[in-house]
Parts: sequence; C-alpha cells; structure tokens
Amino acid sequence: MSSLLNERQQSKSFGLTGFLSRIHLDALLLLGLLVLLAVGLMVLYSAGGQDNGLLIRQLIRMGTAFFVLMILAQIHPDRMRDAAYLLYGLGLVLLFSVLAFGHEGKGAQRWLDLGFFRFQPSELMKLAVPLLVAAYLAERPIAPTTGRLIVGLLMIMVPSFLIAKQPDLGTSLLIASSGLIVLFLSGIRWRIIIGFITVCASALPVLWYFMHAYQRQRVLTFLNPESDPLGSGYHIIQSKIAIGSGGIFGQGWLEGTQSHLEFLPERSTDFIFAVIAEEFGLIGVGLLLFWYLLVAGRGLFIASQAQTSFARLLAGSISVTFLVYVFVNVGMVTGLLPVVGVPLPLISYGGTSMVTLLAGFGILMSIHTHRRMMSP
Amino acid sequence: MASRIALTDHFRESRLVNDRLIFAALFAVLLFTVVMVRLVVLQVVEYEHFDSLSDRNRVDIEALPPQRGLIFDRNGVVLAENIPTFSLELIPEKVGDLDETLLGIGDLLAIPEDELIELKQQIKRHRRFNPVVIRQRLTEKEVAVLSVNRHRYTGVDVVGRLIRHYPHGNLFAHTVGYVGRINERDQKIIDELNYKGTLQIGKTGVEKEYETILHGRVGHQKVETNVQGRVVRELHTVASLAGDDLFLHLDINLQRVAADALGDYNGSVIALDPRTGGLLAMVSKPDFDPNDFVTGISRKKYAVLRDSLDRPLFDRALRGHYPPGSTLKPFVALAGLELGVITEHSESFCPGWYTLPGQDHRYRCWKKHGHGHVDLKNSIAQSCDVYFYDLANTLGIDRMHNFLDLFGFGQRTEIDLPSESRGLSPSRQWKRDRRNQAWYPGETLISGIGQGFNQTTPIQLAHATATLAMRGVSMTPQAVRAKRKAGQEEVQLHLAETADSLPMEDSQHWETVIDAMVEVTHGRRGTARHVGQGLPFKMAGKTGTAQVFTIKQDEKYDAATLARKLHDHALFIAFAPAENPEIVVAVVVENGGSGSKKAAPIARKMINQYFGITENE
Repeated sequence: MSSLLNERQQSKSFGLTGFLSRIHLDALLLLGLLVLLAVGLMVLYSAGGQDNGLLIRQLIRMGTAFFVLMILAQIHPDRMRDAAYLLYGLGLVLLFSVLAFGHEGKGAQRWLDLGFFRFQPSELMKLAVPLLVAAYLAERPIAPTTGRLIVGLLMIMVPSFLIAKQPDLGTSLLIASSGLIVLFLSGIRWRIIIGFITVCASALPVLWYFMHAYQRQRVLTFLNPESDPLGSGYHIIQSKIAIGSGGIFGQGWLEGTQSHLEFLPERSTDFIFAVIAEEFGLIGVGLLLFWYLLVAGRGLFIASQAQTSFARLLAGSISVTFLVYVFVNVGMVTGLLPVVGVPLPLISYGGTSMVTLLAGFGILMSIHTHRRMMSP
Repeated sequence: MASRIALTDHFRESRLVNDRLIFAALFAVLLFTVVMVRLVVLQVVEYEHFDSLSDRNRVDIEALPPQRGLIFDRNGVVLAENIPTFSLELIPEKVGDLDETLLGIGDLLAIPEDELIELKQQIKRHRRFNPVVIRQRLTEKEVAVLSVNRHRYTGVDVVGRLIRHYPHGNLFAHTVGYVGRINERDQKIIDELNYKGTLQIGKTGVEKEYETILHGRVGHQKVETNVQGRVVRELHTVASLAGDDLFLHLDINLQRVAADALGDYNGSVIALDPRTGGLLAMVSKPDFDPNDFVTGISRKKYAVLRDSLDRPLFDRALRGHYPPGSTLKPFVALAGLELGVITEHSESFCPGWYTLPGQDHRYRCWKKHGHGHVDLKNSIAQSCDVYFYDLANTLGIDRMHNFLDLFGFGQRTEIDLPSESRGLSPSRQWKRDRRNQAWYPGETLISGIGQGFNQTTPIQLAHATATLAMRGVSMTPQAVRAKRKAGQEEVQLHLAETADSLPMEDSQHWETVIDAMVEVTHGRRGTARHVGQGLPFKMAGKTGTAQVFTIKQDEKYDAATLARKLHDHALFIAFAPAENPEIVVAVVVENGGSGSKKAAPIARKMINQYFGITENE
C-alpha cells in the first residue's frame, strides 16, 4: 500500500522535488549531502589557513564526485546487479596489480599509476564488495544457507586481505565491515553472529601468545597511542587539546588557536573533526553528528522502501557503512579508537573517498527513484 | 525448507531485512551516543584542563636525542668525541612561504642555488612537523646574522647540537670510521622512533659496527610553549640514555708509527696482539678526514675522494686483495712438514728455475743463478722459489688449499668491523665452479709461492701470522676491548672468543718453521737480515713481493726503469719475541718494490714502538 501511495505522490508531484525525481535524484538526501559539503568547505577554509586554492581544488573534487553521483543515479539497480561480478573481478585484478607494481605513497602501496591519473583500487572495492555480496545473496531467498554464507564470507575476506597487505589496515577493516553488514542485514541467525564474534574474540589471546615481543609492543602502541608521544600519540594529544579547548560553544569560526597555530597535524584531512570541535564546540559537533544520522537515516528509509532484496541489502549496507566511517573517524580523533587513516566523510580534504562516498549515494538515489519501473 | 529454494516470499524477506535495518539504526544511535558522551567529557568535564593547556601556553613534545658514546684507544685517548655546534633547522609546517624563506636564508648564509633546490626537495619529502637541518656547524658570525634576522622568518631556528668530532683526523679514518647524515637507506633499517632528533648514524668502521651500542636510547619531554613557540615550562621529561663508551685495543702511538712509516705509499699496516686477537694498529692509506663526512660532505670534496685513482675511501686493511707472495711460504712449509711430504732436513737443488716433467716452461726463482742446494730453513730464510715449486708440486693444490684453510686464507677473519672481504685461496673445486676450467699443474707451482690466483687481505695475513706465532691458537681479531655504560666508572671487558686450536701431529713443526722465520731477520743470508739487528730478543719474519704485472720469460725485472705504479707490492709479516710473541705485524706497501727494503723496516719500527726500543740510526 505504502509503496503504491508513494508512487502516486511522486507521479503527481510538481516543482523542484518532482523535477529532481524525474532526473532520478532524491531531494531529501540531496539536501542532506549539500549541507554536509557546505559545512566541509567552511571548515576547510578555516583549517587550511584560509587558502582559496585549497577550496577550489576541493570544489573541483566535489563537482567530479557529484557528476559520478548523477550518472550512477541514472543506472537501473538491476543493471548494477548484473555488473557486480564484473566490477568485483576487475577490482581483484587491480588489487593484485597494485601489490605487483603499485606506486608507493607515504610508505604504503595503494596507488596504481595509470599515467594520466592515479587510482586506488581499494576505493572501487568499497562499493564492489557490498554490491557483489548483496547480488549473490539475493540470487536465492534469504536468509542465506550456511554454504552461501561461507561463500559470501570468502568474497569479503579475499579483497580485505589483499588491502591489508598493502598495508592499509583501516580501509581493509572498513571494506570487510561493509560486506559483513550485508550478511547481517540478510537475516543470518543471531546464533551464528554471536558464535562468530565469540570465535574471533577467543582467537585473540592465542594470537597474542604467538606474537614476538616487538609485535606485541606495536599492538599496544596501536591500541594506546599516547604511550608513544613522539609518534602517533602526538596527533592524539594535540587533537584532544583542540577538542577539549572548544568547550560547549567553541572558539568561533576561524578562531581555533590549536589549528591555526599549527599544533594539530593533518588538520585538513583526517583530523578535521578536531578543528570543528574547537571552533564550534559541543553544540556544533552535536549538530554535525545529528545531521550525519539524518542523512544515514534517509538512506535506511530508502533501503526499507526498496522493492528487491538486492536493493534493500545494498542500500542498507551503504547507509550503515557511511555511519561506520563517521564513527571510526570521530572515535579516532577523540582518542576512543586507534589511529587508522580514515577521513571524515564528505568534510575531510581529499579526492578519492569523496567520489566513492557520493557514488554510494548515487546508488541509493537510483534505488529509490527507479522503483516505479521495477516489476514487482 | 525445500520450498525456500523454489519460492521467494517477498513479504517475509522485506520484513526480515527491515527488522535488521531497525536494529542497525538503533546500534548506530548507540555508538553515536558513546561518541557524544566522550565529547561531553572532553569539552565540558575536562574543559578547564584542556583550555589551560591551549590558552596562551600550548603543549609540545620534543625528542631528546641521546648522546653518542665516546670511543677511546687503549690508553684512554679520545678517538671520537661530541662537540657542541649550532645548526640551522626548519620545521616545514611552521614556515609561511617556503620559497621566500629559503631564498632569504640562502642569501644570509650564501648557500648556492642548486643546494637550495635540493633542500626544497628534501623538505617536501619530510614529515611536515619534523625539523629539517639546513646548515650545520654554523660559525659565530653566521649565528649572529641569523639571530638578527630571526623575526623575519617563522619556523626557522638556530639550534644547539652535539656533533661527532674526530680529533685525530685522518689517522683513524678507516678503523674508527665515521658517522654521517641518516639517509633514506638508513631510514629503512633503523627504529625511527629511537632516532627522533638524531641526525647522524655510523657509516663505517667501529662507528657502524657498534651503532646500536654507541647510539643509546631517545628520551622526550612535554613542554609548554608560548604563542611564539618558545618553551615556557617543562611538564614531563623522560631523559635520554646516552650510548656506551667504547675502549679499543688500538694504541694511538703504534697507529701513528704505522701511518708515518708508510709515508706517502699506498698500502696497509696491521698490528695484532696474538694472545688476545686485539687490534693494536690498523692503517690503510691513502686516507681522508672523517670529519668531512659528519655533517654531510660537499659534492665537490666527495667527487675528489671518489674519483681519485688511489681510492682513499677504500679500506685496504680489510678489503684490499693482494697476492700474499712469499709470505705464504712458512704456511706451505708447515703443510709439507705436517703432511709428511718433507722433513726439516729435506733438500732441493735450485739452479734458478724449475720445470715440470715433460714441459719446457721455466718457472723462475727470484735469484737468477739459483740458490744451489737448499734445506727448509734456508728456503725460507732466502725465500727460494724453486724449493716451494717442488714442495707445492708434491703436495698438490687440494692438500695445500685444505691446509691453508686452517689459517683462514680465503675466509673472513670475523673481526668486529664491517665490510671485510673474503680473499681467495684457490682450489681445483673453486676453479671448476667459478671459472668452469680445469686446474693446470703449473698453477699449483705459482700458488706455492703465493702468486697466481691467491688473494689475501692484510687482516687475513695478520690473523694467519698470529695463529702461526701462537703455535696454532687462533684468536678472532677484535677492535673493541671494553665498553662502559654512560656515567659509570666500571668498564666491562668485551672478550674475544678463542676460535680454536689447530691440531698438529708434531708440535716441533711449529718451531722448525718459526726458527726459519727467525733466520729471515737474524740469519747471515736472511732476506731481511738488517731488520733483526740490535733487538734484545729474536723476532720472526717473512718477506714477500707480489707481482703487479708479469715479466716475460728471461726478461729482467728492473725497478729503476719502471714507473712506480708498476713496481711490485712489498709485503712483510713478523712477530716478536719469537718464543713468546706479544705483537704480530703485517705490512703491505703497494708498489713498494721489495718486501725486505720497504715493508720490513716498517714492521721493525712497530716492534720498536711496542717494546719501547730506541734505535740510533
């Protein structure tokens, strides 16, 4: 009933919403994203030392990413499902070639130099993994059988392992979680989920036992960066000071001393959240986090309204993964989680993740706006 | 269950996923609540704390690099020390306009433009919040100029640092080695954290081999800085731990004598204490001033050293390959005695040449008209080649090779210094494996007099001589005698391991060969008879001459008419006192001509110095 109603509303609606819907864009989601991007530009202007060049480069990236969003929104979800295996296969080939002859950037091999531009295959995998797992599981009625569950797990683990080897542990874990979220949404039994978590948790002490002293030391530093004040702990100490000194109301836009006196490293990229917290205070970051929840909430609503299991699983995974990104970044900057290089979605300065994220939202819009044309 | 395959229940599926979506949404809200709680803690509960840290005064963390351990000789004379200097450093993150800053500073210090470009590239590779050194060892005038202009450039500061200094310059260039700027290759193998704030790392010699001991442990301090970045207060300090001091076996006086005696000849002089394996002196010439390398040698200076035909950077003592020449003869004689091929009384007749049965080729003795009848003692004392052609022929290359193996020929001595060469002790097997060629009998003959394929490093020669002097007790050569933890009086001995004792059928064989070597320096017809004169005890020695180029059949070698570059290498091995050796010397003088004239006197000077003998010449 509700979908029927929705359909009628959409076909009747006029004005901007109606126009957007006809070009396969979702008005509410679009509004949510544009607000985030605008906030991002504003903060970047402050964090980047009021550098207009930086803003222009970021704007160009946003434009590119939006173009990708609009293209993907035009593609029918069924076509995406058809392309899942191909994209995933291509991603695997690229990952292997990165390991074989990738370009080293900042000590890790993640870039593939294609001459005219450099490309990070792990970004492709951020979408290809949930796409494939959703497509695979939706081939048969869900919840999946144990056999299909295992195949799904393998689809997730292979690229995660390859990316972890680059080494890019952060991205590897995020990609694994985007796939695991699809498995979770597909309705696998709680018993299996709890069993899986128990097995992983109990494997940790065994792993610990087999590690060398120096490896243990590394894990400890990873978990507690403040024990290494000259290395990654420096970031955390400075970032906590910046956040804490923001207080409830913040120092005001362009007034954050920690970021402007350049105590805070990577303040335009991974640690931009600390700049927001310093300048806009608890109220500012509270609103920002709430807005992130709203954007993801719209995504979850789209997932719930989708008409096929494939679309539901994919839309759900994209929305939840978006929130995981936010949580991991904010957790890292506030010292709750270890330091892994994850940018703050849609706000951090940087190109590739912006394109991937908006591409994901393009898929969501496609799923939502193609419903009328789907056969039930 | 079978129906699940056949039919898709859309309603049931959508409810299944929707339940999970709701659960995921609730879980996400929970996680975000945790983050909000954390933010409330940081921004409300601990606001005062963080605000005081940020307000006016900020917290910064500085690495405290450890002080590098000192290096002393056996008398306690400093060979490597740390002296305070000023350097100009730049923190990329704090610099406004990098180009303008670099140009301005380049102007003040007169840094050439190509160096500035190089610096800029280096800065770009660096982490933005770590300091980059622009110039070290600033003069007082430069410090003054920079101080006056300091306000014009942010992120650039004059910093006091300790840098390595080698007070004796060239004298220990190859032995103590030097430290140099940490380069990208070093960066890959070091513990980056432990080298925070450290600019230099051991590159060669003792400095490299004992890097981990000398370096120490980095410390750090949290400091409050004001808006200008100046330290206001120290909050928390973890002191650095200075590296250990090292005491070497080297004796600076002996080292000086060795270097002086070698004069302007290229070559190497090594002295060992055969009882411990301790390295008393080790000189390789030509040498260079290691101080040039500490703060980064200029391109021009480096090019001169690198391109010099004399290769001053090359450590001849550990890596130079020389044919041992006649210095190998005592060892070959020992092989003959031990394997029962000859006895102390075995004689050969030397007409001035030797031929293999059925061949015409004459293997010449250095003495054109021959030594006549010679026994073992005379063959060594007068260095008769024919005696050893005959002996080598009877022994065969394989038996000879296996015996020489015991003395470490063709193997590293495992001295505690880096990049030692292996040398070459040829065998039938080696020639087949490496050259894919058969072994010719003639090659056995010239191997018997230390020519042909034989390649020995000076340290190998010294080590083998020490083993001979000790009648078969082989001590691994050691440069470092002891170490001392920073700030402590107590010295811990760094003991050499006894390699092993060589088994010998009859210990009288040692004495036979050593007697013959005493005859070299004291005998009426010894090749180095002038060298043993006036000693209160007996010394043992053996001369050697290694051909640099081959003389044709029946052509006379005339040193006078040959360019010095084509002169033979002069070698000499010695130890003293012969009965109870305390010092072993090995000398290689490149293009020195004759072992007895050029190399042997150097060994005598070393022995004089060691025993405190003064000679009136």
